[in-house]
Amino acid sequence: MSTATAQVPDQLGRFGPFGRRFVPETLMHALDQLTEEYERAKADPQFQEQLANLLQTYVGRPSPLYFAERLTEKAGGARIYLKREDLNHTGAHKINNTIGQTLLTLRMGKQRVIAETGAGQHGVATATACARFGLECVVYMGEEDIRRQQLNVFNMRTMGAEVRPVTSGSRTLRDAVNEAMRDWMATVENTHYILGSVVGPHPFPMIVRDFQAVIGREARQQCLDAVGQLPDEVIACVGGGSNSAGMFYPFIEDDGVALTGVEAGGRSNKPGDHASPLSYGKPGILHGSYSYVLQDDDGQTLDVHSISAGLDYPGVGPEHSYWKDTGRVQYTTCSDEDALATFQKMARLEGILPAIESSHAVSQALKSAANRSPDDVILVCLSGRGDKDVNEVARLTGQTL
Amino acid sequence: MAETTLISQKFLELKSKNRLAFMPFITAGDPDVDMTKDLIRTLTSAGVDLIEVGFPYSDPIADGPVIQASYTRALNGGITVDQILQAIAEVKSDDTPPLVAMVSYAIVFRHGVEEFIQDAKKAGFAGLIIPDLPGAEAAECFELVRSYGLDLVQLVAPTTPRERVQQIVQNSSGFLYCVAVAGTTGVREQVADALLDQLRWLREETDLPLAVGFGISKPEHVMPLRELADGVIIGSGIVRQLEDLVQGAVDRETTLKKIGQLANAMVSSTART
Ligand SMILES: Cc1ncc(COP(=O)(O)O)c(C=O)c1O
Repeated sequence: MSTATAQVPDQLGRFGPFGRRFVPETLMHALDQLTEEYERAKADPQFQEQLANLLQTYVGRPSPLYFAERLTEKAGGARIYLKREDLNHTGAHKINNTIGQTLLTLRMGKQRVIAETGAGQHGVATATACARFGLECVVYMGEEDIRRQQLNVFNMRTMGAEVRPVTSGSRTLRDAVNEAMRDWMATVENTHYILGSVVGPHPFPMIVRDFQAVIGREARQQCLDAVGQLPDEVIACVGGGSNSAGMFYPFIEDDGVALTGVEAGGRSNKPGDHASPLSYGKPGILHGSYSYVLQDDDGQTLDVHSISAGLDYPGVGPEHSYWKDTGRVQYTTCSDEDALATFQKMARLEGILPAIESSHAVSQALKSAANRSPDDVILVCLSGRGDKDVNEVARLTGQTL
Repeated sequence: MAETTLISQKFLELKSKNRLAFMPFITAGDPDVDMTKDLIRTLTSAGVDLIEVGFPYSDPIADGPVIQASYTRALNGGITVDQILQAIAEVKSDDTPPLVAMVSYAIVFRHGVEEFIQDAKKAGFAGLIIPDLPGAEAAECFELVRSYGLDLVQLVAPTTPRERVQQIVQNSSGFLYCVAVAGTTGVREQVADALLDQLRWLREETDLPLAVGFGISKPEHVMPLRELADGVIIGSGIVRQLEDLVQGAVDRETTLKKIGQLANAMVSSTART
């Protein structure tokens, strides 16, 4: 395939060959409507101004770009800078997207919002935006995840969202997406589905990327201001792929900037032990889109594993598949063990408890920095804070809270 | 599209008999392939006009809880595409009505689109329904399916605006699958007025037979459709009978008998006079 451009997707939702729309006819009209409304909103200065204002005064943007001095010393090579999405309201990048899509919901005159969530970060960010605008909110969440993420479940309910347990299939994020899509098919007239990552049918991968691209736009300018040059490498973790897509997209046409996505390597590279479709999967169909996916030879979705609930997903956004096949972004994995060790390093060296998802990215940054000269600059997207993960980290390290 | 297919022949034949088509849906491999073969034989004896065979899929977003649970049972039993095709080839006889595969594009794509069509034809299927390959996305696949002499049946939803219908009809053959309710498959009480309106204007847009599915579960549902539709499909209404079997509440004989009786009653209800 030829070189990657930022002029994707096309009208059919194609990123190279990836993306498109593989959904039941019942949803096609709603997707057309959403595409049209989004195009109008994008071109509407009032919409953009309202969004920018909320991102500044409610979310707390711009998020800082922070020079991680002791982490840099530890790695002993390139200078590591962290893009602090963990400092956003609700503690992760997810809110950049939910604020944007909530404004779209209001424009479409819909009163009800649904969402899926795995770790609960997107659920909380959706519940937050809905509370802020007085919209009804239903969040689908796997039964297993509800048990593991009680803090986020409590927060969602406190903000007035209904958290619906998903008991079908694998009872995880993937089935939460299925249930949300089913709900949407029966309620499209009055309901908007706020998808939480750059996955699903067109136009979601485009819309979510655009709302998350604020991360990369800010980081690019902040880097120029702070060090007077573009970074040599930009690193982010990849679950569905939204924080990474938002971080990478503004750098896509900066040829000198290496881009690295880090997938959840889990316990091993055997099926069922990881959540790395770009590294170990094949192109196929899942949740309405054509992209790399973890499937068996019959097209059945495989179970996945990661220490991090937010990366525990068998698919990935189609734009990442495009970036992989064009060679624009390199994808690698980080094991559960390395992510956990990096979580602890970050705590001790920088006084930052990172989300275990983000620890995957920092882990790769440490490796890459060690092989680079001190003249080099690495930007890492620190996609979220680790409060939600302390129970799990305590359990894995044999401690009690 | 001049050449006739098994499915279009069937609808022509029913028209001359002044009857609607009755098309039951069953899940392949729920709870095992032997039951699937027995069901096809039972439904054939009951005189059904076509049979829709669902290929279990791990993430069936168009399906409600009953069919989803059925798919999960079949997958837990280890069913594969090859086993399904083999079972169909074994059970198919000259009496078997046209068989239509209901299969997710995830499965078709992984198998290889052309290879899947070829294998489905060889096993004895007369057509395919790929519910997650809508409208224009289906254009390429439609050409291929037709080149093998099979039909590709497309869905029309209550949310489908009239402007979109031509795009769908262009890539559809055999019949149009009219989804009765916005939402997933499942058992429901009543046929909606909006559906009847939609059938009226669909009739102006296409000569394809119109078959109504999603939410149809008993003979009473056929009544209001008699003058407007060319066929009815029961999915969850049949599949849920297998729940009792799997829970051990009834045996195979009884289950087959009950499904046979429902099929008989449905076939009787589809006569227009
Ligand atoms: C902090 C954090 N980072 C990353 C992710 C992964 O999602 P994505 O790849 O869409 O950014 C999540 C998902 O819940 C998350 O909470």
